[in-house]
Amino acid sequence: MSINDERRDEGWTRYFRRGPWENGATVLIAIGVVMLMQPFSLWLYSWSFAAILMGTVGFVIVSHFPE
Amino acid sequence: MTTGAIDNLADKAAKSTPFGMVRRMRGLSDRAIAWLFIAPTVFLLLAINIFPLIWTVYLSFTNFRANQPGREVRWIGTRNYERIFGSEDIWGYLQATAHFVVWTMVIQVIIGFGLALLINRNFRGASFWTTVILIPMMLSPAVVGVFWTYIYQPQTGIFSYIIDFFANTGALDMIGSVGLAPWSIIIVDTWMWTPYIMILCLAGLRSIPDYLYEAAEIDRANALQKFWYITLPRVLPFLMLAVLFRGIENFKMFDMVVELTSGGPGSTTELASINLKREAFEKWRTGFSSAFAVILFVTVFGLGNIYVKALNRVKS
Repeated sequence: MSINDERRDEGWTRYFRRGPWENGATVLIAIGVVMLMQPFSLWLYSWSFAAILMGTVGFVIVSHFPE
Repeated sequence: MTTGAIDNLADKAAKSTPFGMVRRMRGLSDRAIAWLFIAPTVFLLLAINIFPLIWTVYLSFTNFRANQPGREVRWIGTRNYERIFGSEDIWGYLQATAHFVVWTMVIQVIIGFGLALLINRNFRGASFWTTVILIPMMLSPAVVGVFWTYIYQPQTGIFSYIIDFFANTGALDMIGSVGLAPWSIIIVDTWMWTPYIMILCLAGLRSIPDYLYEAAEIDRANALQKFWYITLPRVLPFLMLAVLFRGIENFKMFDMVVELTSGGPGSTTELASINLKREAFEKWRTGFSSAFAVILFVTVFGLGNIYVKALNRVKS
């Protein structure tokens, strides 16, 4: 691997680190679960599964990012 | 055991292996032998878990009815999901589930943490009382549901008698009353699972080193400050773990509630999993109930991810 490749990798991992993305996915799942079970808005309930699904699939993907 | 004895034992084991099997195994690599041993487990996992899961996802996009096997199965796209997310009834069942999950968690955390603080004082007979407190957790949820129906009997049950004795309420119909039935299942779940929260909190409390409290004593911290700055932050990861685990379990709660109230009166205590069973095996809307099952599965899977993350944080 050349020095340029290493620098490019550093740039990549700077944005795709596991910690913050995993936190983001976790928050999305939690928001989705709250939307699913809240008693206030049918609209929120209708979109809850989309939020949970995105969060869960996102979590599975980002858990493979480097630390 | 000496090395010679171990060698003898290995020789005996090797000699007892049938010659045909030895000949067949000799040509296999370590990796192949490892695969040979785990293959039955992998096969069972695929047959019992993975295949039904994929099949359920497929059925959730169809109009399949399990009680009409000759009927044409049509692909209806996301219509089952649209019905679920447009249904105020299903929304109501999920709200009933949320009411159950939130209140059981709040009450169990308060009582469980309190009991853990009490048991952690190591008073005389603490281990005996720990065992007594743990007993409900060891019972079967279905059995607990059945015997609490007797305890809740308005005329002959001990619960109604005690409440009437202290509050003069008269015969209290916990299971038959719309207002009280949701609380009846919360009380039983709290009785059964508070010990679990207590045990995890106790593990957290026992992991706090004494020198932290000694340092706080030197700094003249009062009891509240010691609790707020030492005890609570140290126990919090354990508490979070307990809450997540119990939250997921209560989200799926079925057996105890079915035995206790069967979802009634009306649909007051009809939790999501009870409605799922009704849709699947009473109304026989298999496609619809498969979609509902997929939604509950994805939700539990998502919460499970958070649980594993919290578990790793506790480990580290």
